[in-house]
Amino acid sequence: MATLAARFLRRSSVAGVRSMSTWFRTIDPAPKDPILGVTEAFLADQSPNKVNVGVGAYRDDSGKPVVLECVREAERRIAGSEFMEYLPIGGSIKMVEESLKLAYGDNSEFIKDKRIAAVQALSGTGACRLFAAFQQRFHPNAQIYIPIPTWANHHNIWRDAGVPIKTFRYYYPESRGLDFAGLMEDIKNAPDGSFFLLHACAHNPTGVDPSEQQWREISSQIKAKGHFPFFDMAYQGFASGDPERDAKAIRIFLEDGHLIGLAQSYAKNMGLYGQRTGCLSLLCENEKQAVAVKSQLQLIARPMYSNPPLHGALVVSTVLGDPELKKLWLKEVKVMADRIIGMRTTLRENLEKRGSPLPWQHITNQIGMFCYSGLTPDQVDRMTNEFHIYMTRNGRISMAGLNTGNVGYVADAIHEVTKSF
Amino acid sequence: MASSLLSVASHSVSPSMREIHNKGKPRVGGSTLRFDKGLNSFSNSRSSGRISMTAAVNVSQFEGIPMAPPDPILGVSEAFKADTSDLKLNLGVGAYRTEELQPYVLNVVKKAENLMLERGDNKEYLPIEGLAAFNKATAELLLGADNPAIKQQRVATVQGLSGTGSLRLGAALIERYFPGAKVLISAPTWGNHKNIFNDARVPWSEYRYYDPKTVGLDFEGMIEDIKSAPEGTFVVLHGCAHNPTGIDPTPEQWEIIANVIQDKNHIPFFDVAYQGFASGSLDEDAASVRLFVARGMEVLVAQSYSKNLGLYAERIGAINVISSSPESAARVKSQLKRLARPMYSNPPVHGARIVADVVGNPTLFNEWKAEMEMMAGRIKNVRQQLYDSIISKDKSGKDWSFILKQIGMFSFTGLNKNQSDNMTNKWRVYMTKDGRISLAGLSLAKCEYLADAIIDSYHNVS
Repeated sequence: MATLAARFLRRSSVAGVRSMSTWFRTIDPAPKDPILGVTEAFLADQSPNKVNVGVGAYRDDSGKPVVLECVREAERRIAGSEFMEYLPIGGSIKMVEESLKLAYGDNSEFIKDKRIAAVQALSGTGACRLFAAFQQRFHPNAQIYIPIPTWANHHNIWRDAGVPIKTFRYYYPESRGLDFAGLMEDIKNAPDGSFFLLHACAHNPTGVDPSEQQWREISSQIKAKGHFPFFDMAYQGFASGDPERDAKAIRIFLEDGHLIGLAQSYAKNMGLYGQRTGCLSLLCENEKQAVAVKSQLQLIARPMYSNPPLHGALVVSTVLGDPELKKLWLKEVKVMADRIIGMRTTLRENLEKRGSPLPWQHITNQIGMFCYSGLTPDQVDRMTNEFHIYMTRNGRISMAGLNTGNVGYVADAIHEVTKSF
Repeated sequence: MASSLLSVASHSVSPSMREIHNKGKPRVGGSTLRFDKGLNSFSNSRSSGRISMTAAVNVSQFEGIPMAPPDPILGVSEAFKADTSDLKLNLGVGAYRTEELQPYVLNVVKKAENLMLERGDNKEYLPIEGLAAFNKATAELLLGADNPAIKQQRVATVQGLSGTGSLRLGAALIERYFPGAKVLISAPTWGNHKNIFNDARVPWSEYRYYDPKTVGLDFEGMIEDIKSAPEGTFVVLHGCAHNPTGIDPTPEQWEIIANVIQDKNHIPFFDVAYQGFASGSLDEDAASVRLFVARGMEVLVAQSYSKNLGLYAERIGAINVISSSPESAARVKSQLKRLARPMYSNPPVHGARIVADVVGNPTLFNEWKAEMEMMAGRIKNVRQQLYDSIISKDKSGKDWSFILKQIGMFSFTGLNKNQSDNMTNKWRVYMTKDGRISLAGLSLAKCEYLADAIIDSYHNVS
């Protein structure tokens, strides 16, 4: 390094200026991302027993990533496509249409009446960010209410968008279930017209969803307060295996007359993680308003990325737009959901068989990719350090990372770190 | 001035709304601070009003939201599509067209895509910083594989959403870690630069660049403005094929620009959207960036593969920060990741794999270079043909040689807004209102027609 400095200083003395600039001296190293950092650590681990139940990416029973057959077929059809020109700022119209049908219903009146402002977005993250930026621009005094706990990146998104964050109660540790009373109270106490972030299904990280009846009550209370419901739906189809069923909360709110906002992602349910394909939609009062709102969303997107990536959008619109492929997709998404539901049952049975003193029915009560195990950070650290099992320190286990080959080992480890409780 | 036309349309947030969330950050130099004073009718809207909502759930929170203007660049293509005339010509957005005016997917790209399909690559999330193979390839392409800065690990590279996304990450880094710092952008520049810095809340002002009298570079003005900016200003430079003018500094002028920037402790921020596409040579087009890096300067560089690999729609590019030490490069990279995570989590994989496969495979890489030479060659031919057509028809004695001196996809015709409107309204030639035409959208066959249109607009419209 000394010679490096000397070389530069020599050069700078020729130019007569300080060229060994140090503009980035004050930039601190960022902390590791709590979720994606887990996978990094997992990859670096040499142990043959290691298990990754950190990041929420689906694995088959051999622990391998899966590319859906319907996706491969779609790719075969679009490979070497003649068309690679820029998409419009709002993305693929076909893909957006299909996404709206999936979420709002094939025969939704709102689609017919063109009341939905919708743009293709960079998966769920991008959809949330667009909405947060939109919210900040047009409601600069507003805050966003997010559940405790929620996906960690929700905090980053609204913070970087400049929207203050407030929280509402959601998870009840004692029952490993929903704090329904707390939730309803917080909705009631928030100032009229607040913005609420709701997980449409398969809450991340807890896996705890309200029941249908509870959703109806939540909708009612939100309506009474004039709040704005913003849904993050990252797991449609992936939770129960049935996309229609997983959209129930949204349909309830629509029936109740809410003008909702919705972030959709195809990362999990179509396995398009790395393609960054999703959709942001806002239900408006009428077509004219929808057009105006969409134009403003585009104004936000243009200085962020100009227009969204094509490939994933082509895959989605090819799959959903072809009846045969769509049927295949529905089958494949059910297979994934069923495998996870099966793993929940197996994990719970394994723990109960080992005579664990703790209750584990929450494992099968919860839904979707994640299970909020109830493990403490210290216990999580033991899981990692002693057993090479990688998960986030909030005790969240990605069920997709479990398979018949490792579920026994993981159950043993959980039992080991919790049995003295 | 052309840029003011773009600023009206770029976006419409009033300064007062920004102040609400300024959070006590120092504002820089009142008179030179520029945020767009565009349409801000919604500052009078009911944005803070709360309608009492008992049964009236159907009243939207977004009732007062006005219609945004069409994007001045991307909006041109939309208008073109709507035009039913046979004569119409799209010289708006800078996307390459063949002589038959068809979009062009490079052969190497098709091959790479088929390879990917055969390999059965999975679709897992990339790391936040993107595909490692791509990041390595892109830094080496930009700086040269044996560049000392790379060998010394002083280059922080993060895959970004093409040029726009990469610029936005750089802008966000500036906003967060250089509070009070300003950005200098050329007058004129790509219309979206202002939007990017506005939305990132980084104040900017302009340095003189285009001289309408010569339809060339106002070099003295440029140097003066860079000199008079406060120390530590970020200076946005187009690495090659300046957009929209097509006017690049000469190598000698680049040296002087580098001197001034070093003297003032400014930080150069290169936008490299046309490497290989301008001259046909990847190395030649990177000369300006390499010059700065060779001097040991700390530099930001945004890259795009939209044009040179025709990957427009896949949004593939990178933000590079060349820093003074490997340790600071690592810190910068970690913070770029932290900015990207709440924007989109991790970048799209498809385009990154294509670039990595093409650059990493010697056969494909050579094929790519040949295709790039072909594309750049076609544009040079079209320039020549256009120039020849114009001077054979225009006997006024006006000097049109600037067409040949300019480089890259675009030509700044020198036409003003009215004249540009005439091009569209009378001649059905779609272009941006600043007088920019995209030669990539021009065929040899249409040069005569375009020459007529330009001559008519220049002479008969004021």
